[in-house]
Amino acid sequence: MGINRRSFLKMAGLASISGLGIKGFTKAFGSESETTKDKKQKLALVIDMRKCREEQGCRDCILACHKVHNVPEIENPKHEVKWIWKENFEHAFPSQNHKYVSDKVKSAPSIVLCNHCDNPPCVEVCPTQATFKRESDGIVMMDFHRCIGCRYCMVACPYGARSFNWEEAKPHIKEINPTFPVRAKGVVEKCNLCAERIAKNELPACVEACKEKAILFGDLNDPDSEIRHVLSTNDTIRRKPHLSTMPNVYYIM
Amino acid sequence: MIEYALSGTKKYWTLIFSLIVIIGIGFTAYLYQLREGLGITGMSRDVSWGLYIAQFTFLVGVAASAVMVVLPYYLHNYKAFGKMTILGEFLAVSSVVMCGLFIFVDIGQPSRILNTLLYPSPRSVFFWDFISLGGYFLLNLVIGWVSLESERKSVPPPSWIKPLIYLSIPWAISIHTVTAFIYSGLGARSFWFTAIMAPRFLASAFAAGPALLILLTFIVRKVSTFDPGKEAIQTLAKIVTYAIIINVFFILLELFTAFYSGIEEHTQHFEYLFFGLHGKSALVPFMWVSIILAITAIILLVNPRTRKKEGILILACIAVFVSIWIEKGMGLVVTGFIPSPLEKITEYMPTAPEIAITLGVYGIGFLVLSILYKIVITIRNNEAC
Repeated sequence: MGINRRSFLKMAGLASISGLGIKGFTKAFGSESETTKDKKQKLALVIDMRKCREEQGCRDCILACHKVHNVPEIENPKHEVKWIWKENFEHAFPSQNHKYVSDKVKSAPSIVLCNHCDNPPCVEVCPTQATFKRESDGIVMMDFHRCIGCRYCMVACPYGARSFNWEEAKPHIKEINPTFPVRAKGVVEKCNLCAERIAKNELPACVEACKEKAILFGDLNDPDSEIRHVLSTNDTIRRKPHLSTMPNVYYIM
Repeated sequence: MIEYALSGTKKYWTLIFSLIVIIGIGFTAYLYQLREGLGITGMSRDVSWGLYIAQFTFLVGVAASAVMVVLPYYLHNYKAFGKMTILGEFLAVSSVVMCGLFIFVDIGQPSRILNTLLYPSPRSVFFWDFISLGGYFLLNLVIGWVSLESERKSVPPPSWIKPLIYLSIPWAISIHTVTAFIYSGLGARSFWFTAIMAPRFLASAFAAGPALLILLTFIVRKVSTFDPGKEAIQTLAKIVTYAIIINVFFILLELFTAFYSGIEEHTQHFEYLFFGLHGKSALVPFMWVSIILAITAIILLVNPRTRKKEGILILACIAVFVSIWIEKGMGLVVTGFIPSPLEKITEYMPTAPEIAITLGVYGIGFLVLSILYKIVITIRNNEAC
C-alpha cells in the first residue's frame, strides 16, 4: 500500500524534527520497504470457525490462556480482563453483519483476541513505548512495568482487545502461575501470542488447548508453511479490514 | 510580588480557605482512588476515559482562549484589551495547571509518570501534547509575570518579552489543535474521526474561554477598583457571540455529513447523544440542556440591546459556558465510546469520589487563579491610589 498512517506520522515526525523536509520523506519511504526477504517472521493465527462450532460451549482455549497468564476472573463486566474470549458475529464482525447471516454462523460466537496488527494503532499512540511491535516476529507486546496506565491504547484499539486493571487482580486469580507476572492495578494488558511459550518452541496455549484443532498458528513469511497453505486454499476474513490495521488473525467462517 | 497574595480582606481569606477545603476533600478522594484503583470511578472496559480526560480537553480550550485578548492587543494594537491581557494570561496558566492535574489523576500508575520523559515517543500525540501544554504554561507564566512586574515598577516591559508574546499566539492555537488530534486520528472511533475536530475545538474554546473571562472580570470589578472598561467587555462579548455561532455551525456540519451519508458507524453516536440508542439514554437530558442553553445564549448575544445590558450578558455568558461544558466536558469524550467498536452499549456516569476528585482539581485551579488575580488587583489598586 502507499502511504499508511504509520509512515505518514514517521514522515511528519522526521520532517519536523530534522527540518529536512525532502530528506525526511525519502528516509521514511526507504525504511518502509517490504521485509519479506530477510529472516523476520510474521506470526499469525487462522481460526477455523467450522471446527470451533463443533464443540458448542467449549472454553478450553480461554481457560488455558487465562490460566497460564494469570488473567483474573472478575465478575463485574465493567472491570473484566480478557485476553481471548467469545463474541457473537454481529459484535466480532459488525461491518460484515446483515439480516440474513446464516444460522450456521449465528449458531456459535467467534473466538476473538488481539490481532497483532501490521499497523497497530495501540503502538502508535502509546506515550512510553510500553506497547511495541516486536521486529523479529511481529508480536504486539506489552511491557507491564513501563505502562503508565493512560489507556490511550484501549481508546485506539478497534477490537476491544485491551484490558485495564481497574482493581487489584490477585484476589480474582484462583491459582497463580509463578512463571508469569501478575499485573499490578492501573496497567493495561492483552494477549501476547504466548511470546514466553514461543521462546521455548511451544505452541500458544490456546492453540495447544483446542481439541478440535480449530486454531492454527504459523509464520506468514514462510511460503511453505501450513498457515500459508490454509490461507491460499480457504476463504478467510479479518475483523474490520477497512481500518487498514492489517490484522494477523484470520477467520474461516 | 507573591507577598501581595499573603495579605487580604476577610472575603479573600474566606475564598482561599473554602478552596482549600474543597481541595482537601478532593485529595482524600484521590488517596482512596490511589489505594483501590481507578475502578472506583464510573469508567469501564468499554468507556475507558471519562470525566477527568473530558475536563482536561475542555480546559485546554479555556487555556487557549487567552489568545483572544492577546491577539487583538498585540497584533492589532487594540488598546481596550490592555488591562485585560494579564487576566487572560493568568487564566491560561491556571487552566494548564488543571489540565496537567486531570491527566495525572486519570493515570493508573502515577508513580511512573516520568516514563513519558524517559521514553519519549514522538509517534504518540500525547508526546506533542505534553510539549505544547508545557510550553504554553511557561510562556504565559513568564509573559504575565514579567509584564506585571514592570507594571508595578512603572517601567515599560523588557524588549525580549515581545517575541515570546508573538510566539504565544500560534502556540495557543497549537495546544488545542494537538489536543483535537488525540481524538481525530483514531480509525477505531468513528465519532471523533473527523477533520473538523480541531476547528470545532477552537470554536468552542473561543466561546467558553472568553465567556468565563467576562464572568471573572465582573467578579474582579466587584471586589476591587480595577475596571477593564465597558468596551473591552463588549468586544469580548462579540467574540463569544461569533465563536458560539461558529461552534453550532460546525456541529450542524457534522450532523449533515453523518445523517446525509447515513453511515451507521457515524450516525449511531449522534443518535445516542441526542435521542438515546436501544433504550440507553443517560446523556440525552444533558445534551438537550446544552442545546437549549446555546440557542438562548445566541439569541441574547446577537441582539445588541440585550448584549449591552450587563445583567443579561452575565446570564448569556453562564449559558455559553455551561452549554459548552456539557458538550465538550461530557458529551464529546464519553460518546466516542458509545457504542463501543464492538457495537455494544456500556453507559457511563461519574461516581461520587470521581466528582470529588474533579472538584478538587478545579479547586486547585481556582486557588492558583485567585492568588494570581489577587496580585494583579493589588498592583492595579496601588496604581489607582
